[in-house]
Formats: sequence, C-alpha cells, structure tokens
Amino acid sequence: MSLLFRTAAVLLAATFGMAPLKADSLEVHVGYVQWVPDQGPVLSNVIPEPEDAGLKGAELGLQDNSTTGKFLGQTYTLKSTVADSEAEAIAAIEQLRKSGIELFVVNAPEQTLKSMIAKAGADTLLFNAGSKADGLRTTECNANLLHTMPSYAMLTDALAQWLNQRRWDEIFMITGPTDDDKDWANAFRRSAKRFGLEIIEDKPWTFDADLRRTASKELPLFTQASDYDAVVVADVRGDFGEYVPFNTWLPRPVVGTQGMSPVTWHRVVESWGAAQLQNRFRDLAGRDMNGEDYAAWAAIRSIGTAVTSLGSAEPADVRRFLFSDTFQLAAFKGRKLTYRNWNGQLRQPIPLVHPRGLVARAPFEGFLHPHTEMDTLGFDKPESKCRING
Amino acid sequence: MMSLFKHTALAAMIGLSTPAFASLAYVSNEKDDTLSIIDTESMEVIDTIEVGARPRGILLSKDHTKLYICASDDDTVQVLDLATRKIVDTLPSGEDPEQFALHPNNRHLYISNEDDAIVTVVDVSNKDVLAQIDVGIEPEGMAVSPDGKWAVNTSETTSMLHWINTETFEIEKNIVVGQRPRHVEFTKDSKIAWASAEIGGTVHIIDVDNLEQIHEMSFKVPGVNQDRVQPVGIELTDDGKYAFVALGPSNHVAVVDAQTYEVLDYLLVGSRVWQLVLDKDQKHLYTTNGVSGDVSVIDVEDLKVIKSIKVGRYPWGVVIDPSS
Repeated sequence: MSLLFRTAAVLLAATFGMAPLKADSLEVHVGYVQWVPDQGPVLSNVIPEPEDAGLKGAELGLQDNSTTGKFLGQTYTLKSTVADSEAEAIAAIEQLRKSGIELFVVNAPEQTLKSMIAKAGADTLLFNAGSKADGLRTTECNANLLHTMPSYAMLTDALAQWLNQRRWDEIFMITGPTDDDKDWANAFRRSAKRFGLEIIEDKPWTFDADLRRTASKELPLFTQASDYDAVVVADVRGDFGEYVPFNTWLPRPVVGTQGMSPVTWHRVVESWGAAQLQNRFRDLAGRDMNGEDYAAWAAIRSIGTAVTSLGSAEPADVRRFLFSDTFQLAAFKGRKLTYRNWNGQLRQPIPLVHPRGLVARAPFEGFLHPHTEMDTLGFDKPESKCRING
Repeated sequence: MMSLFKHTALAAMIGLSTPAFASLAYVSNEKDDTLSIIDTESMEVIDTIEVGARPRGILLSKDHTKLYICASDDDTVQVLDLATRKIVDTLPSGEDPEQFALHPNNRHLYISNEDDAIVTVVDVSNKDVLAQIDVGIEPEGMAVSPDGKWAVNTSETTSMLHWINTETFEIEKNIVVGQRPRHVEFTKDSKIAWASAEIGGTVHIIDVDNLEQIHEMSFKVPGVNQDRVQPVGIELTDDGKYAFVALGPSNHVAVVDAQTYEVLDYLLVGSRVWQLVLDKDQKHLYTTNGVSGDVSVIDVEDLKVIKSIKVGRYPWGVVIDPSS
C-alpha cells in the first residue's frame, strides 16, 4: 500500500515536473482584414479577380505555420474579416484589437490602412499585404508597419531594368484615368529616368467606347508615332489594357499592367520549389495563387519564422527579429527575403510574366548596388525619408 | 617459397584477366523524363532511357541490380532493372515523391512526399506501406544512417531535421536548422550528419549520438552575391578528408576539410549545381547542373574540374553503380 502510494507520488511529481514543458506551448493569434473597393465596371470583364484574393494566401500561411508549430508546441489561429466597406474594415481592426490580437495582416487601400494603423495602436505589428502606394515607403512612414506587397516603384523598376537590358529604350506610354493608374504611371516615369528610358509619347487614355468591338480600329490610330521600341500601359484595374497588344500602330511589344507585366506572384512561377507552393495553394483554394495571396502568405510566414526562432509572439520581439541579421524568409523566389530597415519593405525579386509564361526575373545582373542587387528595385535608403529603425 | 610465388603469379594473372569495366553513372533529367547513362571511363553519355514524369531522386539497391526512381508527377517510384534497362515495377510512394533513402536492410524505402507533408515507408520486397509519418511542410531530403538506426527527413518550409527511429517509425527529435534544408549526408561511421540549408546558406554538422548541432558553416564565393550561395547536395569522401557541397545558383562546389570544417576551395561548375556523387574509387566527383543541363566532373586529387558532359534538361539526381 505504502509502495503504491509512493509510486503514485512519484508519478505525480513527474507530472508536475512536466509542467514547465507545458509553459513552452504558445498560442499565436493573427488577425487578417481585407477590404478591396469595387473597381467599377471595366471593358475587359472576361476574367474576374477572385474575391478571396489575399484571404486564401493568409490561410495557407497559417497552415504552413501550424505544421511547423506542431513540432514545437506552438499553435496558430487566424481571425479573418473580409469587409464590405471601409468603415467595417476599420471596425474589424478595433474589435480584433479588443479581443487581444496584436499581429495583423491587412489587404486594404492606402488611406484605409492609415486609419487602421491609428486604431491598432503602438504595441502592435501590421503587415501591409495590399497597398502598393509609394508614399507608404517614402514619406508616410510607420514604425510598426511592414510591407510584404511590393511597391509600384519595385514593379516598374523591374520592368524598366528589363527594357534597358533588352535595349528597348524608346517608350510609348498610355495611362488610364484612375488614381491607381496615375500612381503606376508616375512610378514608371521615375523608373524610366533611373534606367535610361525615353518616354517619347505619354498619352492619357480618354476613350469610353466599348473596345471589344472597336479596338482594332481605334488603337492603331491612337498609338501612331514615328517610332518606339515598346508600348507601356498603365491600367491597373484592367479596363482597356487587354486590347492594346496586337493592335498597336507599329509591330511592338506591349508591357506594363497588361501584355508582359511585373508582378508580385503568378501561377507561371514554378522554379525554386515554387511548384510546391502553387500546388498547396491550389489544393486549398481551388484556384491559382496571385500577388495578394502571396503577400498575405509571406506576412504570415514572416510571423511564423520569427515565432519558430524566438518562442515568442510579442510584437516588439517579432519586429526586432524581422529586422535582425538572423531573419531570412524562404519564399520561393530564389533568394532569401529580408526587410529593408528604413521603411519595412520586404525585398524581393519581381517576376515578369505574360499570361502563360515567365519571361524573366528582376533584378538583372549588371545593375549594381553597394549592398544588395535587390535594392535596385524600389526606393533605396537615400531616396526614402523613412527611418523607422532610427 | 616456390608455392608462394606461384600463388602471387596466379593472383596477378586473375587481376589482369578481369576486363577493365568502367562503372556507369545514372542521371535523372527532371524536365525530359529521361535518365542519361554515362560511362565513367570515357565520360560520355552512352544511353538515354525514358522513365516516368519528372524524375528527381534516384538510388541504387544495395545489391546494385536495381535503380529506384522518384517519378514525381506520376506519383510513383519506378524500379529499373539495370541489366535490361527496363522499368520492371512500380512501388506505392504516396503523392509527389521527391527524394528517398534505402535502409541498409535493402527493404525499407523512406520516401518524402513533398505535397503531403508525409514520409512514406515502403517495404520494397512486398510493396507493403509500413508507415506514413507526419513531418513538416515540403519534406525533401531523406537519409538513412549507414548503421540503419536513424532515418532523417528535412522539411523545407518548416526548416527542420526530423529524426525518425527506424524501429518504431516515430519521430524522436526535431532540430531546427537554416531556412530550406535540402539534403543530409552521414559519415560512414554514422557518427556525424551533414545537413544543407539552401536559403539559409548554411551547412549544419550534427553529432548523431547526442542529436545536437556541433557546428554551423557558411560559404563566401568570391565575386558571387551572397544570396546566390545556396547549399544543396553534399558528398563526403570515405577517407574522412573532404566534404563537397554543391552551392546551387552560385555555380560552385565548395571543398571542405571534413575534420576542421574549413572551406579549402570553390570550384566553378555548371549553372545551378544540385547533387553530387563520387565514383567507385573516389577519384572523380560528378555534379548535376540543373540550368545548364550538364554534368561536371571534378578530379578529387587535383581539385579541378576536368570535364562537362551534356545530358538532358534539368539534370537532378546522380548515382554511380560501382559494380557495373
């Protein structure tokens, strides 16, 4: 009897001895909020954008984190909101914050994102997985905001580098009417100057005809000029741009937001193990992975990589780790990805794709940089006012 | 005295009468769905045979009669009879097999199923699936220690080495290493394991008795951006002198002193060097170069690249049959 009792006591002690192990287990809660304003009617409405673009990427990132976490006693949960209005999106951040969430991934326009940062408060960490606005990387700096979505400047620098190395340096440019189109076009004008391209024509798109019927008549006249090497289209929402290729006055390639495009991610990216990521995503979402999905995935994987290494999910710890020399994100782009310490932008190669194939991947060899070639894409430290790490 | 002489003479004669058979190297061409067969004497491709879709990992049975091929996109492991060069069988492999390793018992095949986050163990003698073990995301590298005690799997996105007990088929230890671990190679005595981390740019040296990392090394190839230095395949010489590490898109193979872990040299090979294998007498090292579609041959004594052999598109794995 006494022996049995003693054994039980030993067992009990052993169980208590295990207790510190339990304390090692960690629950990581991440909030995902998406609000994508309606783009309005477009002429080329053949291939609609998926409504869960971004959300599914976040879900995949969470799955990836959880698989890793299960070997380390770390569990991850995702609380996500796909809002129907800006107000709803901002309210969602407030609610998530109240429920104790401190890590957020946001897919929303620039202005909405700014309101969200204010609501989230200082002791949080937000990942911008939606807005490509250059202002967020150059002047409107936030210490607790990281960007996994590339900026417009990164995309257009990738395109301009490519045009430069092809020696196609005389550009005919067409810009759509929306603010996004103008932002994209401004980014390209800057890139053109950086990489020695000459914009010989810079025309706004003013037509409102249905080009499905008249593209072949209107566009050759619209693109008349003595000579140019390529046509660059700035049509972010995909209104008229799809009708430019093969309808230009001169037999020239069309690049930009249509034709061959610089993108965050695309289904044709398959090297560097990307085929596996694409397969995993297709299994989960039943469609191909796009740039919004990739940016959300990269944000959640950044969190996961930090937590795996730190055993902590405190925003300040995670932030410190993400800017440290030890952080590197394996993200299927052939390079380790890191965050720029002045503005929190995730450095990343940019694929240049056409709808059925990969053309090239920027940065290109020969565009030199004192620290890393990847900083030839987007706003480099001297060009940005941001100093979010002092 | 006389009798001894006679014996020696006899032995010498037998030695002479053995024809100088060169051993054959087999290379899997991922984007051609073929194997290239290289005669290691002439260092030329002597045959190309069609196999399943997207062949990646390949390995030799312990009796050197069969070659196992991961046909990734066919979701199967094919068995090639080396005498006839015909596919004679397939094994259940789980989805998307990429790499595998055969236990010294010549029966238990450990296969990493990249899309399913599983390691499948198949008994090749009767095709029984003995176990499916949950591992991290994108299991890739597989190795079984020469003493047969451990099977190690690397999971690329989880960045871990999973140590599987080969008696129980259970994971006993997870070691977090650099980002995207790709390959594990054991020393002959099973005491040390070398593991490469592609994106981390590191090689981790693990003490197998304690299952702890004892050293971590990184590489600096002169004139090459650090991001492009991506360790993948590892090959160790039996004499314990060298470790060779394929450094991916840096297009170099690092020569490492296997005792001090000091990098001795970097050798320029083809584009995106992936896997490595030593030939039978360990005089030459063969490397698969994915992007340039060729195999480089390195002279181990001189540490010089002496030849490049054109094979199919995206050569991935390479093995040499020492008995052929």
